[in-house]
Amino acid sequence: MECRRKKENQKSNSTFPDEVLERILGMLKSRKDKSTVSLVCKEWFNAERWSRRSVFIGNCYSVSPEILTRRFPNIRSVTLKGKPRFSDFNLVPANWGADIHSWLVVFAEKYPWLEELRLKRMTVTDESLEFLALKFPNFKALSLLSCDGFSTDGLASIATNCKNLTELDIQENGIEDKSGNWLSCFPDSFTSLEVLNFANLHNDVNFDALEKLVSRCKSLKTLKVNKSVTLEQLQRLIVHVPQLGELGTGSFSQELTSQQCSDLESALKNCKNLHTLSGLWVATAQYLPVLYSACTNLTFLNFSYAPLDSDGLTKLLVHCPKLQRLWVVDTVEDKGLEAVGSHCPLLEELRVFPADPFDEGIVHGVTESGFIAVSQGCPRLHYVLYFCRQMTNAAVATVVQNCPDFTHFRLCIMHPGQLDYLTQESMDEAFGAVVKTCTKLQRLAVSGYLTDLTFEYIGKYAKNLETLSVAFAGSSDWGMRCVLDGCPKLRKLEVRDCPFGNGALLSGLGKYESMRSLWMSDCNLTMNGVRLLAQEMPRLNVEVIKEESYETHQAKKVYVYRSVAGPRRDAPPFVLTL
Amino acid sequence: MSKDDNSSSLDSSSSDLQLSLSLTLSPYATTSSPSSISHSCSAALATAASQVVGWPPLGAYRMNIYNSQAKSPATEVFNSTVDNKRASNSTGVRKTADGGSDSSNIIFKEKGNLRSSLFVKVKMDGIPIGRKVDLGAHGSYETLAQTLEDMFDESATVLTHKVGSNGEDHGTEVGADGHSKLLHGSSDLVLTYEDKEGDWMLVGDVPWWMFLNSVRRLRIMRTPEANGLAPRLKEKNRRSKCKLI
Repeated sequence: MECRRKKENQKSNSTFPDEVLERILGMLKSRKDKSTVSLVCKEWFNAERWSRRSVFIGNCYSVSPEILTRRFPNIRSVTLKGKPRFSDFNLVPANWGADIHSWLVVFAEKYPWLEELRLKRMTVTDESLEFLALKFPNFKALSLLSCDGFSTDGLASIATNCKNLTELDIQENGIEDKSGNWLSCFPDSFTSLEVLNFANLHNDVNFDALEKLVSRCKSLKTLKVNKSVTLEQLQRLIVHVPQLGELGTGSFSQELTSQQCSDLESALKNCKNLHTLSGLWVATAQYLPVLYSACTNLTFLNFSYAPLDSDGLTKLLVHCPKLQRLWVVDTVEDKGLEAVGSHCPLLEELRVFPADPFDEGIVHGVTESGFIAVSQGCPRLHYVLYFCRQMTNAAVATVVQNCPDFTHFRLCIMHPGQLDYLTQESMDEAFGAVVKTCTKLQRLAVSGYLTDLTFEYIGKYAKNLETLSVAFAGSSDWGMRCVLDGCPKLRKLEVRDCPFGNGALLSGLGKYESMRSLWMSDCNLTMNGVRLLAQEMPRLNVEVIKEESYETHQAKKVYVYRSVAGPRRDAPPFVLTL
Repeated sequence: MSKDDNSSSLDSSSSDLQLSLSLTLSPYATTSSPSSISHSCSAALATAASQVVGWPPLGAYRMNIYNSQAKSPATEVFNSTVDNKRASNSTGVRKTADGGSDSSNIIFKEKGNLRSSLFVKVKMDGIPIGRKVDLGAHGSYETLAQTLEDMFDESATVLTHKVGSNGEDHGTEVGADGHSKLLHGSSDLVLTYEDKEGDWMLVGDVPWWMFLNSVRRLRIMRTPEANGLAPRLKEKNRRSKCKLI
């Protein structure tokens, strides 16, 4: 290896020695920039190759571990995504794949100095976590988001064996939470932790072990505890780590004496660097005031599991003048969103989740009124995820007129095929307004009753669109054709329950190799149409998920993605690789 | 153990049928102003909102939170839940269902992968396209029957449209006593399920929590077929109960 590099150096015509060029290119931060410079010439390709320390892989089947390790020999940090996003919604069967173990085996040989692993929608077993803990002596950071397959036994292996661990971030996984004793597996000599997030585990934790751990890790800057931690226990933790920047409070519910209340408020007040707050799983309004003095510098409130009412939210927001990101549940109602508009002029991102998506009889939640109120008061808003039960074209047009800089616009009207509830018209003009007005739009999720007109608008105006999610929409193949023809930067298209057929699918033949993936479920595709696509595009992986309840000629779940690794080698019987 | 004389059942329909209905009713709709027929279709789709797999698009973790929040007992309630389970052997259907609900929730929390789905497949005789229903979203036979009943109304409409009138009842309502008429035998359809051992059983014969732990899939049979099977089904029920006890 060293010898080969010397030879290359001798042949180089560059005025820079390779070492200098590598140092320069190693300073690039954006992975898009890194990819671009590697195309300049062979010298730059090699310099970027050797200087690359972190890699992002958006689909674990688009490249193999062997190809990755040949291309980038010096990686220290890997970010890897697995299953299609619709696995989050139970549309991908269990045991579909995306197992991390085959990657770890290759990494153990080629990247023994691996330090960071960030996984999303991957399948991770306890055996894999134990392997990870034992084979990578410099391992520092593990982040698992929406993964499944492991239990707290795997966390115990990480805690026991990763002597240099700085980050353990476990979020929204399908984890088997056997017990809280994994925390006591951290050795007494272990002091390096900076990030600890177990907010989504359910079992009682070994609080004594947690308190000892927190008290000896002087660099801890993120601590997110789970529901089982009481307010009194939270106070005991916080006094050890006043330097915290991110805090997840757990349930935030317990009977407190006035002295305990005062102690908690004092401990929170001492956290001068707090910028992110989450938790409040069972918010008790009477104790919200203890938070007020800690809110001065908050930029991110994640109350996406906190059933606050509008009054509780309003009183809290008065104390959050610097808020930029806010995630709430629709129990805050429109009145709470009016408070957001009144008190959060710097807001950039808003997510509103439903407290009960199936409770159709109750009139609650947020409406177009709250949406407009936020847009009037928050001109910098550029990311929205909004679940509601009713919406109008006029309201959406008003929102994007007030906030034309949206890059991410995700609107979910929770009843499929819902009309504009005032005019009883389709919602086409709403999304037409979005794509006409928001020229920077990168991600769009549409809902409500939509005809092909929406897709004509998207194809005509959404020139920066990268990700589109469509459900229960469209009238004919024409809709999908408009999107494929008109969106030059499209990378991900997710379609479910739409009347798009083989003609629409095949109209994208010239498009799919420049896209990361296409998902189509419960559309009008047939096996013949999908096979034709596979024949015409041999470098695409075309897969059909077969389930027994469908007729054999139908292709009910189709996943298409580009891959340099070829067809999957680990496909289960229900995945047909064409 | 209490036992209904006869279990009623319901049809299921799929979003494909709904979309098919939409296309059939307004196949050339391209204007931005849908007709009243489209509105009717929209209403039908809206009715199905809570039954569509994976809709609204909320992550599995959050969906499991919803299920557990609706029913989740605290740890110290576990013992009383066990008592409920025992007591349920000698009480009526409603009490049984309530007790079973709590118990099943604990069982899932203790054993299950949080992402494991509680969806099971539902097929109705004569309808080629199957459907899925999330049993985890229900706490009793009553709500399950009501959900399937709603599906039945839609599918009946589709059936009529496709094959012409077959004299089948279209609309049914929950009786004044709050119990689904269909669950209690006022329909010509019977709801059955396949259990872990591969036996087909009548829905409603065992406590809800026991049903949740053994059900593999559901099937809605027409009464004549079910009648033909009834003697064997009852015999299987008897043997099954003996084993469980």
